[in-house]
Amino acid sequence: MNKTVYVEMKNICKTFGVIRANRNINFSVYEGEIHGLLGENGAGKSTLVNMLSGIYKPDSGSIFIHGEHVNIHSPKHAIELGIGMIHQHFKLVDVLTAAENILLGNSQSVFISSKNKIKSIKNVMAKYGMEIDLDKKIRDMSVSEKQTVEILKVLYRGSKILILDEPTAVLTPQETDKLFEILKSLAKSGCAIIIITHKLNEILSVTDRVTVLRQGESVSTLETCKTNIRELTELMVGKPVSLSIERVHTNKGNLLLSVKGLTALGEHNVPVLDNVTFDLYEGEILGVAGVAGSGQKELCESIAGLYPVEKGDIFFKGENIVGYSPREIIKRGVSMSFIPEDRLGMGLVPSMDMVDNMLLKDYVNQPGITVNRKPAKEKAERVQKRLDIQTPGIYTPIRKLSGGNIQKVLLGREIDANPHLLITAYPVRGLDIGASYTIYDLLKEQKQKGVGILYIGEDLDVLLELCDRIMVLCDGKVTGITDSENITKEDLGLMMAGETLSSIKGGM
Amino acid sequence: MQIVKREGTSKKQLILIRLVAIIAAIVVSSIFIVFLGYNPVKVYINMISGALGSKIRFRSTLLEMVPLVITSLGILVAFKMKFWNIGGEGQILMGAFAATYVALFVEWLPKTLVIPVMFIVGFLAGGLWGLIPAFFKAKFGANETIMTLMLNYIATQWITYLQYGPWRDPSLKGFAKIANFPDHALLPKVFGIHIGFIISLVLVVLISWFLKKTKRGFEIAVVGESVSTAKYAGMDISRIIIFTMLLSGGLCGITGVIQAAGVNKTLTMNVSSGYGFTAVITTYLSGLSAPRVLIVSFLFAILLQGGSYIQSALQIPQAAADVLQGMILFCALGSEFFARYKVRFSSKNSKSSEVK
Amino acid sequence: MIPFLKNAIISGTPLTFAILGAMYNEKAGNLNLGIEGMMLLGAVAGFQVAVLTLNPVLALLAAMIFGALGALIYAFLTVTLRTNQSVTGLALTIFGTGLSRFWGKRLMGMTLPESFSRNFRPLSFPLLSRIPVLGPVLSVFIEQDLFVYFSYLVVILSGIYLYHTRFGLNLRAVGENTAAADASGINVTLYKYVHILIGGALCGLGGAYLSLVYVPSWQDNITSGRGWIAIALVIFTSWNPYRAFWGAFLFGGLDIVGFRIQTLNLPVKINQHFLRMLPYLATILVIIIGSIRKSTSHLPPKDLGNPYFREER
Repeated sequence: MNKTVYVEMKNICKTFGVIRANRNINFSVYEGEIHGLLGENGAGKSTLVNMLSGIYKPDSGSIFIHGEHVNIHSPKHAIELGIGMIHQHFKLVDVLTAAENILLGNSQSVFISSKNKIKSIKNVMAKYGMEIDLDKKIRDMSVSEKQTVEILKVLYRGSKILILDEPTAVLTPQETDKLFEILKSLAKSGCAIIIITHKLNEILSVTDRVTVLRQGESVSTLETCKTNIRELTELMVGKPVSLSIERVHTNKGNLLLSVKGLTALGEHNVPVLDNVTFDLYEGEILGVAGVAGSGQKELCESIAGLYPVEKGDIFFKGENIVGYSPREIIKRGVSMSFIPEDRLGMGLVPSMDMVDNMLLKDYVNQPGITVNRKPAKEKAERVQKRLDIQTPGIYTPIRKLSGGNIQKVLLGREIDANPHLLITAYPVRGLDIGASYTIYDLLKEQKQKGVGILYIGEDLDVLLELCDRIMVLCDGKVTGITDSENITKEDLGLMMAGETLSSIKGGM
Repeated sequence: MQIVKREGTSKKQLILIRLVAIIAAIVVSSIFIVFLGYNPVKVYINMISGALGSKIRFRSTLLEMVPLVITSLGILVAFKMKFWNIGGEGQILMGAFAATYVALFVEWLPKTLVIPVMFIVGFLAGGLWGLIPAFFKAKFGANETIMTLMLNYIATQWITYLQYGPWRDPSLKGFAKIANFPDHALLPKVFGIHIGFIISLVLVVLISWFLKKTKRGFEIAVVGESVSTAKYAGMDISRIIIFTMLLSGGLCGITGVIQAAGVNKTLTMNVSSGYGFTAVITTYLSGLSAPRVLIVSFLFAILLQGGSYIQSALQIPQAAADVLQGMILFCALGSEFFARYKVRFSSKNSKSSEVK
Repeated sequence: MIPFLKNAIISGTPLTFAILGAMYNEKAGNLNLGIEGMMLLGAVAGFQVAVLTLNPVLALLAAMIFGALGALIYAFLTVTLRTNQSVTGLALTIFGTGLSRFWGKRLMGMTLPESFSRNFRPLSFPLLSRIPVLGPVLSVFIEQDLFVYFSYLVVILSGIYLYHTRFGLNLRAVGENTAAADASGINVTLYKYVHILIGGALCGLGGAYLSLVYVPSWQDNITSGRGWIAIALVIFTSWNPYRAFWGAFLFGGLDIVGFRIQTLNLPVKINQHFLRMLPYLATILVIIIGSIRKSTSHLPPKDLGNPYFREER
C-alpha cells in the first residue's frame, strides 16, 4: 500500500552566524507514521522542525507538504498548512485558562464566550481520550496537564502533522506511557507524527522509522524494528561508545550533611519542601530524582542559603547552617551550582570574561577595597586546561562560548574551590555525550577525593549508574531513599509520581 | 527580509555607526530648521561659533559641561546597576538646598571651611534624596523610575516654598528670591572658570577607577547583569543598591552645590534646569563609560551653548533646542539597532545577500 | 460635597485617558514612559485645530492623531528596532515636551470663543436633585460634559474589548508570553503597533481635555506630571480599565483637594506648596503599597519591557 508522503524536506541548510545548524538534511514522513528524530543535544533537531513550524526559514533547500512546494513564512502559515508543534518549553500563557489558550490566535468569531467552541473542544478531547479541566488556569496545572493542553491546541486547529519536541523530558515513566498511547491512536487516525528525542529506548518503543542527525547532518534513516540501541548510538555519536559510566567504589567517610525535617514555603504558602530528611556522607554521590518542579531547585537553594527555610535543620559537619548568609555557607566549603533551563541564569555573568567570572566568589576575600585580578587569571588558566575548555581566550565574554563549555567553566570554578560538599543540579543539561562523560568523570574524581556530592539529574539511567544512593522527591516530599543497585527505573518512576518506597516494597 | 543578531562589532563598525547616527540627526534637524524658515548651514555655523568662537564663549561652553559631566557620572553609576534613576533633578535641587543652608544660615563656621562643608552636606542631601527610592526598591522591589520622578516634583515644590516663604529675601520688594550667597561661599575661579570644572575632571577619573578597580564597582557590574548571580555569589544586594544610590544622588547633589555656588550664586527652582534629564541621554549615549561621558557631555554642551546663542542671535526659541535634543536621541537610539543586528535580504532561491 | 465630587471627575478625566493609554501600551508588552509627551502633543494639536476650525470633532481628531504620531516614533524604535524601551520613552517625553512648548508659543494667551466651549458644557438633569440620596450621587457622574461621557465610553469599550473579544485575548497573550502568542499564529508586531498607537491616541485625548475643557487654554507644561502619575496608576489599578476609572477619580480628587482645603477656614493654615505635593506623594504611596502587595492577581504582564525576537539564538 502506497502511503502518502505528508512532509518532505530536501537538502535543507540553516546557519546561525558561524554555527551551521543544519547541513543538507533530507527527511520525510508518511501519513500514519510516527517518525523519530534522534540526535544528541546540538545535533540540529530543534532547528530542523522549527523550520516546519514557521519560526525559522531555511537558508537553502525545499519543503514539500502533501507534495506541494511551500515557503513557510510564519507560525500562522504553518498552522494553516496543518502543522502543529508541541514545544519542549510550552508556549502557553500562564494567567489564561486552558480553553483560552486553545482558542488563542483563532480567527473565527469576535466574541470568545461561545458555547459552541467549548463543545467542539470537548469533542476533540473525547475523540482522542484526553481529559482536561478547560476552566483551569495554566499556572495551576501540572506539567503533564500542560502538555495535554498543548496537544489539544494543535488538534483543535485540525493539524494533521504533529511535531513533539522532547516531550518526555518532564514526564514520569507512567505519564510517558500514557502519552505514547495517545500518539499511537493519533497515528492510527491518519496523523503524521514527528517526535524529537535523544532517548533511545523511547525511539525503540514508539516509532516506526527513525532519522539520526549528527552535527547538523542527516546520517541515516532506518526502520525502527530493524535496528538496536548499539547501532543507533554509533550513528548518533559517530564512533562505538561504551555506554556505562562505571561507578567507582569508595569507602564512605564521615557524615557530611544531615538535613532534618526541612520545610520551605512557596507561592500561596504552599510547601515546596515538606519535611525533607536525609544524610549525605563524604565520598559518596547521592542522586536526587524527581519530576521537574518537585522541589529540587528549592532544596539546592535552601542548603546554599538562598531560599528561606520555614522549619527544620541543616547540619553541615555538625554545625546547623540554617539562617546563615550565602557567603558564610560558601566559606564553610559548600559549593552549589544549579544549571537552570536557560542555562546562563545563575552562577555566571554572561557579558564578563572567564577571569571576572572566577572572581565572583573569591573577590570578597581579598584585602582592601580594590580587586586584584591576578589570582583570578591564574585560576582561569588552570580551569581551562583542566577541563579542556574551548574558548578564544580567557578574556572573551563567556556568552560567546558554546553551552557545553559554559557549563564546564561553571563546574570548573566550583571544583577549583575544593569544596567539601558539592551540590550540582542538571550539570549535563544540553551537553552532548562527550562533554557529559567528561563531567561524570570529574564528579567521580571528586568523589574519590572524599567530596560529598548531591547530584540532581533528569536522566534516570545516569542516576542509576553514577550515584551510590538515590533520593526521590515528589511535590516537595521525600518518597524514598534507596541504594541504586537495588531499585529499578519503574520503581523510581512510581516514587516520582508519589508512591512511597515502603509501599512499593511492601506491596511486592 | 530577515533580521539576524550580530556576533560582535568591531571598533571600526561602531565608529561608523555612530557617525551615521550623527549624520542622520543632522539631516533630520536640518529639515526641522528649514521648516522653521532658516538656513540650516547658517544655523549650525552660528551654533558652533556661539559655543567655541571666542574665549568667553568657550568658557561658557565649559561651564555648561560641568553640571552635565557630574550629573551623568551620577546617573551612570545607577544605570550600571540597572537602577533607573530619573530623579537627577530632585537630587541636584536638594544638594543645592543643603549648600544654601550652610552658605546663608550657618553663622558659626569659619569662612575657609564654608565651601568644603557645603560640598559635604550637598553630597549627603542629594544622596539621601536618592536613598529614599533605593530603600523601597531594595526592600519591596518598588518601581524606582516613577518614585525618583515623583521626588523631582516634590523637591521642586519644596524649593518653591522656600523661595516664596521662609527664605525669601525681605530686602527685595515684589520679587520673590532667596538672597545671594556671601562672597566666601562662592566658588573660586581658576583661569576664569570656577573650580567646579576641575572637580568634574577629578570625578571622571575617580569614578572610572571606582567602577573598574574596586570591589564595590565589581559588585555593581554583577548586580546590573544578573541579580540572581549576585545573590548566588553571596553579595548583599540591598546594601549595594543603597550604597550605589547614595553615590548616585550624592554626585547629583554636588552638581547642585556647584550650580548654586558657582553659577546662580543663590538658590532657585532653576538650579537644576533640566540637567537631570539631559544627563540620562548623555549617560546612555556614552555607553555607560566614564571617560566617554566627558566627550559626550562636551558635545552636548556645545549643543546647549550654541542653542542659547542662536536664540538671541537668530531669534530661534529655546524650545527648538529641546526638539533637537529629542531628535538626536531618536537617531542615536535607532543607530544602536545596526550595531546589534544585521539585516538580510533573501530572494526566492534563498540566496542571501547581507546588509552589514 | 457633591460639587467637589463632580469636579473630581472633571479633574480626573485627563488621567482616565492617560491611564488607559498607558495600559494599552503595557498590555502589548511595552513600557512607554513617553505618556507625558504624547499628552502634550495632543493638547497642543487639539488646541491649535480648535483655534483654527472651531470644530470640536476636528480638534479631538487632531489630538488623537498627534498623540498617535508620537507613539508611532516610539513603536518603530522599540518594536522594529528593538531599542531600550525606558530610554526611548524618555526621549519621546523630552521631544513631546519640547515640540509642544515650541508650537504652543504662538498659542499663548489665546482663548476659545463661546461657540466652541459651548460644546463642552456639562449636561444638566434638574429632575435628579428631586430623587433622594441616589439623585445627587448619580448627578456626580451624569451631569458632566460630552468629553467626560466619551471617557466613560472608552472605559466600558475597553473592558469589553479586553475580556470578551478574541482581539483582547490575543493582546493579553502578547503582553504575557510573546513567544506563546507568536507560536499561536498571532501577528505580534501588528498587535504591538496597533495598540501602542491606540494608547498614544488616548493620551492625546487626555491632553486635549486639559487644553480644551479643563483650563481651557494652552499653557507650557499643561500636564504638570499627570503622564507620570498615570504610569504609576496603571500599576495601582492592576492594568484593569474599570479600576483605571476609579483610580483617576481618586487622584482627580486629590489634585483639587488642595484648593478645597484652602477655601475652608481651617485653624491651621497648610501652605499651598505642600498641598501641591499631595498627588505626587500619593503616587509614591501607591507604588510602595503596590510593591508590598504581591498577590498574583496584581502582577504586570509578564513580558512587559522585553523586546520580542523570533530568531533568538
